[in-house]
Amino acid sequence: MVPTSFYIFLAALLFTIGAVAVLVRRNTLIIYMAVELMLNSANLAFVAFARQFGDISGQLFVFFVITIAAAEVAVGLALIVTIFHTKHSVDIDAMHELKG
Amino acid sequence: MTLPMSDLQALFPELALLGLLFVVLVVDLIWRPGRRLGWWTAIGLVVVLALSLTQALPGEGRTIWGGMLRHDGYGFVFRMLFLVGALVTTLLAMDVKDLGDKGAFYLLLLTSTLGMMLMAMANNIIMVFLAVETASIPLYVMAAFYPKDKASTEAGFKYMLFGALASAVLVYGLTLLYGLTGATDFAAVVEALQAATRPVWMTMAAVLLLVLAGFAFKVSAVPFHFWAPDVYTGAPTPIAAYLSTASKAAGFAVLLRFVLAALPVSALPWWGAFLAAMAAATMTVANFLALAQRNLKRLLAYSSIAHAGYILIGVVAASHLGVTAAVFYLVVYLLTNLVAFGVIVALESAGGTSEIRSLAGLYKRSPLLALFLMTAFLSLAGVPPFSGFVAKVWVFVAAVEAGLIWLAVVGVLNAIVGLYYYLVVLKWAYVYDTPEEEMARPVVVPKVQAVVLGVLSVLIVVMGLVFAPWFAWGEWAARALVGG
Repeated sequence: MVPTSFYIFLAALLFTIGAVAVLVRRNTLIIYMAVELMLNSANLAFVAFARQFGDISGQLFVFFVITIAAAEVAVGLALIVTIFHTKHSVDIDAMHELKG
Repeated sequence: MTLPMSDLQALFPELALLGLLFVVLVVDLIWRPGRRLGWWTAIGLVVVLALSLTQALPGEGRTIWGGMLRHDGYGFVFRMLFLVGALVTTLLAMDVKDLGDKGAFYLLLLTSTLGMMLMAMANNIIMVFLAVETASIPLYVMAAFYPKDKASTEAGFKYMLFGALASAVLVYGLTLLYGLTGATDFAAVVEALQAATRPVWMTMAAVLLLVLAGFAFKVSAVPFHFWAPDVYTGAPTPIAAYLSTASKAAGFAVLLRFVLAALPVSALPWWGAFLAAMAAATMTVANFLALAQRNLKRLLAYSSIAHAGYILIGVVAASHLGVTAAVFYLVVYLLTNLVAFGVIVALESAGGTSEIRSLAGLYKRSPLLALFLMTAFLSLAGVPPFSGFVAKVWVFVAAVEAGLIWLAVVGVLNAIVGLYYYLVVLKWAYVYDTPEEEMARPVVVPKVQAVVLGVLSVLIVVMGLVFAPWFAWGEWAARALVGG
């Protein structure tokens, strides 16, 4: 059996990749994908812990996170489409209407 | 396993709100009542409020729904507060073009309120996450409610992106907490932490930072505040009002319960100091940035960040008095900030803008509106006899009682900085004049808005003069959380 710590290290790695991508990428779609990666790294860690503890509630949590991430993606993509209609760009640097 | 009736009864406000949601949805689909849907929503909310106060009053705190939620005085005070916030927002938004005549607005507002009410009751990390998202996702859509307006879509998009990032960080923190304790229930988390034999402070530090980042985003505390000014400026004004009041109160509701019930300040030596530093930074940074603002909505955004700092003082104190002061502050702040934003809503529906300079000569063009603006701003500044003064005093007293005298001093100094920019706004409204042709155009305020703002303004003064009954509510809430 693969030790739990392997999963946790992988989850931490995925989370870090996601966080770095959010900071350095300019395309909002890619940034959004990176956020999803961060959410899924938490899912991976959660199921790994749940297996370790032999506890069902951790796996339950993952189902909720997956469902909510789907809802968030639906709203997020709709907003990106709206932004594209008004600005004709999905680049993060185009978001300069509001500042100060 | 059967569900006890008392569990259903405890959840009565939420179930009634869900019922109202369906009624509003069906009414909107069948009759397309436009603006009149606001009346349906408002009257429904009043009914829910009245029934909740008579039917669902909690006695001794107890966990319900398999330990997911906790039905106690603390949660109840916040739940009623969110209902009031939603009611006032509905009434303010009703006469706003392209917003008050759209059914989707009321549906999103009620859904978000439902999520906030669950946030105030959440007693399990699964429930915390679910409730936070139920409250947040409708808010993203609401901020971007004008699809053709560049500022509104950008506000919604920024809010959504930072919000999604914050929830990802929050979930990761909760995951680590679960990995550390093997429990999702708040009480079981505390037990596991106290029973820990190995030193776990490294992981604990990571957990605290990640979870705190998630919550700090919700309450817009420095350094996770940067979304607030953009979102408040770009979003439709009634929605900015709702964001800055109910949404912030919901963030504090869950943060306070989390800090006191799941991760006590005593869990780590520097946890309290860290929160205190955050409170001090939030107040100071926000107040100084507010000095440079020319737009009223942006100024109020920075002011609302600063108020998050004052409320955090109560969280840091984490005592009976600390929680009481924080809850009382949130009640006062919710009413006061709704008036401040309500004045902007009224100005905008009369054809004005939210620039501070457009306030010039307001006292002649609409004396009543100028009076409401003065009440709200003096209360925000913490001038007696307005309720904002009482709220600030109690928060500072709580800090001194907890031995954080330096924090109270920082708070007082910040209140002085705040006073300056609030008075500058009032100077525009009361001292400066506009050209004659502008003066001739009086500001016509819709009746509903005028009545709502009037009632709230009176409440602000009354709560400052007779604060005992309201303070008792705060104490009731604190008793449920810290005992004593």
